[in-house]
Amino acid sequence: METQTLNCSNCGAPIRSGAAQCLNCEASVIKAPAEAAVAGDTHEIVTGEIVAGSSLWRDARRRLLKNKIAVFGMTVVILMALASLIGPSIIQRATGKSYDFIPRSSSETKSFPPFRGPDGRFSWAHPMGTDVAGRDILARVLSGGQISLMVALISTLVSLLIGVSYGAIAGYLGGSIDDVMMRIVDVLYSLPYVIIVIVLLALLPAKTPTGQLIQLFVALGAVSWLTMARIVRGQVMSLKNQEFVLAARATGVPAHKIIFRHLVPNALGPVIVYATLTIPTVMLSEAFLSFLGLGVRPPRVSWGSLAAEGAQSLAVYPWLLIFPGLTMALMLFSLNFLGDGLRDALDPQMRRD
Amino acid sequence: MLRFIIRRVVIIIPMLLIIVTLTWGLIRLAPGNFYTGERKLTPAIEQNLREKYGLNKPWYVQYGRFLRNIARFDFGTSLKYEGQSVNQILWRALPVSAALGLTAYLLALVVGITIGTLAALKQNSWIDYATMSLAMLGISIPNFVLGPLLVLVFALTLFWLPPALWNGFPSKSVILPALTLSAIYIAYIARLTRSGMLEVMRSDYIRTARAKGLSERQVVFRHALRGGLLPVISFSGPALAFLITGTVVVERVFSLPGLGNYFINACFNRDEPLIIGIVAFIAVAVLVFNLLVDISYGFIDPRIRY
Repeated sequence: METQTLNCSNCGAPIRSGAAQCLNCEASVIKAPAEAAVAGDTHEIVTGEIVAGSSLWRDARRRLLKNKIAVFGMTVVILMALASLIGPSIIQRATGKSYDFIPRSSSETKSFPPFRGPDGRFSWAHPMGTDVAGRDILARVLSGGQISLMVALISTLVSLLIGVSYGAIAGYLGGSIDDVMMRIVDVLYSLPYVIIVIVLLALLPAKTPTGQLIQLFVALGAVSWLTMARIVRGQVMSLKNQEFVLAARATGVPAHKIIFRHLVPNALGPVIVYATLTIPTVMLSEAFLSFLGLGVRPPRVSWGSLAAEGAQSLAVYPWLLIFPGLTMALMLFSLNFLGDGLRDALDPQMRRD
Repeated sequence: MLRFIIRRVVIIIPMLLIIVTLTWGLIRLAPGNFYTGERKLTPAIEQNLREKYGLNKPWYVQYGRFLRNIARFDFGTSLKYEGQSVNQILWRALPVSAALGLTAYLLALVVGITIGTLAALKQNSWIDYATMSLAMLGISIPNFVLGPLLVLVFALTLFWLPPALWNGFPSKSVILPALTLSAIYIAYIARLTRSGMLEVMRSDYIRTARAKGLSERQVVFRHALRGGLLPVISFSGPALAFLITGTVVVERVFSLPGLGNYFINACFNRDEPLIIGIVAFIAVAVLVFNLLVDISYGFIDPRIRY
């Protein structure tokens, strides 16, 4: 594609460089390409490739930013992720105590309600209270957020890797290979795989907490790629008969390069949307496993394992459950809204009204 | 149609085989066994035990025996609950889980479809926004948080309902677990119903129905719901699998003697016969249920041919 030729963004007709008007539709004044690419006016003329490439994303961004509830979700997600990332170290700097710090004196190794000091009076020391060992809940929730987010992101990446490759290969090859591959997906779909994951984690626990985390990434990623594979396959099937693929094939590009250089990037929109919606699901699965005592193990904490601890002493110290639980619910809520918003923005056809 | 059903029934068998083999393999791969960790056994006793359970034979002999027993639905006796066969435990735990699951599922269907339809018919009204936000909340609150919160409010503060344990099926003890379990399904079903109904309400056959002069109620109940509920029906297959994982947590939160609770305990106790029995049982249930859903699809939507 010639990137030097200018196209009118109004009608798409090519324009001689230096001309002040589009000859085809007589649309407004031409700006310099670079300048036009930055501004959002549809009547401007920009270079060919940027129009095709950026306007999809720019339109999507515009639609996303117009969707108030998605913007709310995005803001909350970003704020909470930032808080989880830098919060624990700030608290450690400020108080000198880590999320796992257990006070020495016996008067402090018990659970205080939010905003209460050891003397029972108002205090800023523990805004979410402390747990039964006197550890600060706020620090634990923030540091649990780190683990929960990390597990969710990495497991989603694992599922992305498997699902995109699998779906793209099946869709591109087609025929009986596709039949067999998709049949396998159908079969896996109806398996109660969470049950198998529970058996796996309970019987083959990793030796170290870090090993356990890696096991979680793999286990959760390995069971959540199915829908992604179906989506990518559908996209690839609709793309693979287009001219640019034919051109690539005619020039002798090998199949794996066609799949991963040409087809997958073009299917990115739905992939991103579905990946965003996978994150909360995976996060929930991690919490579910941690709640059962099969996921994140001490000294590491996640929102699920904190909620599990809290549920045990619910009647006496309800804040032990309420804060991690509601933090997690808020995160999932925002992620779901962000995912829905992204879907509406990136794929108007898939819109759910 | 008949050919489709036969093909689907036949494919259940290899799938089942895969699941139980996988479980069996995991148990074999796992280091140690039920007896490690408890008291140290004398070599003689260990030898006797290994002989009794056939653990001294090569793996393929063990596997063959395992398959033969499974085929006869004989899972052996539990290691933890001595003297009780796995089947006895299964039949004791099943009614609890089934009652809980069915109550939750019916609740989810009734409430979910009702509010989903309402939201679709009054699209973009406050009802729509309120119910859809609530539905999103239902999807976002994990059941292990919702359950204890409900207990805190209704059992420990208001003293209306028992906080835990099981008092038989129609009793107050079902309410909180069923509510906890159904919340996420209510949310999912409401969303699915809404989007399904919105799509159907714009279709030509609804316009035809209106043009015939049918009342709005007839249009909605006789024509639109039938098409609009298709996504809900196709969701009910996977829903059972979700329901089972849901019961694992809910039964644990409320200490109910159901399959889920037994399953988790069996995993922690390394009660191998019980693990395999419950996994096989759940797998059969899920596969059969999926089959039923697929068959019912053909009856409800005449456009689908097998």
